Amino acid sequence: MTIASTTQLICFAALSITLVVGAFGVVLLPNIVYSAFLLAGVFLSVSGLYLLLNASFVAAAQILVYVGAVNVLILFAIMLVNKREDLSAIPGLALRRVLSAAVCGGLFLLLVRVAFTTPWALPGPASIGEEATARIGEHLFSDYLLPFELASVLLLMAMIGAIVLARRDVYTSDVITGEPADQGLIEKARTPLLTSKP
Amino acid sequence: MVTTTGGLDLQASFETTLEGIGLSPGMAHLLWLPLPMVLVLVAAVVGVLVNVWLERKISAAVQQRIGPEYAGALGILQPMADGLKLVFKEDIIPARADGLLFTLGPVLVLIPVILSWLVVPFGQNLLISNVGIGIFLWIALSSIQPIGLLMSGYASNNKYSLLGGLRAAAQSISYEIPLALAVLAVVMMSNSLSTVDIVNQQNGAGIFSWNIWRQPVGFVIFWICALAECERLPFDLPEAEEELVAGYQTEYAGMKFALFYLGSYINLVLSALLVSVLYLGGWGFPLPIEWLAGWLGQSVDAAPVQVIAASVGIVMTVLKAYLLVFLAILLRWSVPRVRIDQLLNLGWKFLLPIGLVNLLVTAGLKLAFPGAFGG
Repeated sequence: MTIASTTQLICFAALSITLVVGAFGVVLLPNIVYSAFLLAGVFLSVSGLYLLLNASFVAAAQILVYVGAVNVLILFAIMLVNKREDLSAIPGLALRRVLSAAVCGGLFLLLVRVAFTTPWALPGPASIGEEATARIGEHLFSDYLLPFELASVLLLMAMIGAIVLARRDVYTSDVITGEPADQGLIEKARTPLLTSKP
Repeated sequence: MVTTTGGLDLQASFETTLEGIGLSPGMAHLLWLPLPMVLVLVAAVVGVLVNVWLERKISAAVQQRIGPEYAGALGILQPMADGLKLVFKEDIIPARADGLLFTLGPVLVLIPVILSWLVVPFGQNLLISNVGIGIFLWIALSSIQPIGLLMSGYASNNKYSLLGGLRAAAQSISYEIPLALAVLAVVMMSNSLSTVDIVNQQNGAGIFSWNIWRQPVGFVIFWICALAECERLPFDLPEAEEELVAGYQTEYAGMKFALFYLGSYINLVLSALLVSVLYLGGWGFPLPIEWLAGWLGQSVDAAPVQVIAASVGIVMTVLKAYLLVFLAILLRWSVPRVRIDQLLNLGWKFLLPIGLVNLLVTAGLKLAFPGAFGG
């Protein structure tokens, strides 16, 4: 066994252990902040696995999108509503836990069976290394163009939705019927405290 | 690994020497691996010490003081004294704080910054690893930092810390996007994400082919965003003293505080280095070194010329980076702090559209003038 393959094996073992333990922590820990931080660890281990598979661009994109954007936003949301209170007791919690564990276990067994019955082609296709970035770009703009464009339209819709929700000067009447619209949930623009005083 | 030719290749000569005395190629590679890493780590820390000294001296000059002058000649040992003081301070974890996250936060802030030095080139072969995704790796790594800031802000169990952490994360997310757009325009011109290729594409005609002439808008956007990412003064809201005591650093003392301190200064040097790589021709001398060698009648491949060229390259990279650091320090001591709404407005309503337009114009120019804009 060469030094390179030994290193790879050790890295794979360490990453897998971090991944599995971290994922269990995300689901099982009662403290939601710990869960969110562990989720970042899980995403980082996944990107490490991508690196081991010679997919460096996918690994960096994984870090940028999942750790840098998704996870930070999750943490942000948790910390903005930083209430230190226990969740109210749910009736039949033990039964719910058993049921969800059974569903997850069943799904896991199914995946294990698929993994063992599928005839994997070994060894897989040769890695193309640094060419991968260019290849991904070519695929995105040729045979995967439709999903790519659909995703961008979806993002645009989400962005417009976010802007509409966050804007303060909203319509006071319904555009179609002309009736006054209920603005109860939307925060009104406030005049500054200092300028309104004489 | 992208294989490159030309220039001084220390790795190849080191490994050939070791194989010459009877070691296996694998063993020689294993012995080589830690050397550049340690060297870059030392360079980063020395860079921080120089930076702290510059900050003290330049701020003193701006305010017509003398600054440190008794610790060594011109106070040059003052940063060492600062560092030693931090090492010997008591390591305090507040009683109601979350000890684990409190300790992990500063580490998570520092590690991505140091890892990013992986892609900083000081010469054709003088970098730790010429990874193909180069500059994208830096952008990805720098997006881990806000998690460390949020973690330390949350774990301190202090409202100022929490607010500071949230501000730091908001700022970092907002300015990452125009930063990435500015980088994308440069990447489009050089057809590569690798930092070495980006520098090589700029070094055809010395100072006139540097990206700053072709990407002036991108340069300004990148520099503003880099300052915001480093939380330097016009944008140091996460630790605004008048509002938040010291932001996420409020509860930290001793070595944990020193990690934040190191992280922010290493990040400043790193940003300055990357500005010089992306826009100021990296290791390139204002006149191409090949022309100089040609006028002096020397071959570029001769060993002494290669050594001199590599040294000039390192000096040029560091010189450009420290010119930018000087600019950043001068800005810090002469510009007032922006408000948080001004900061977010600048990021989202000004820099982001300008960055998009810059990208579009670059694409158009690249199609129209493939010779000048890297076809």
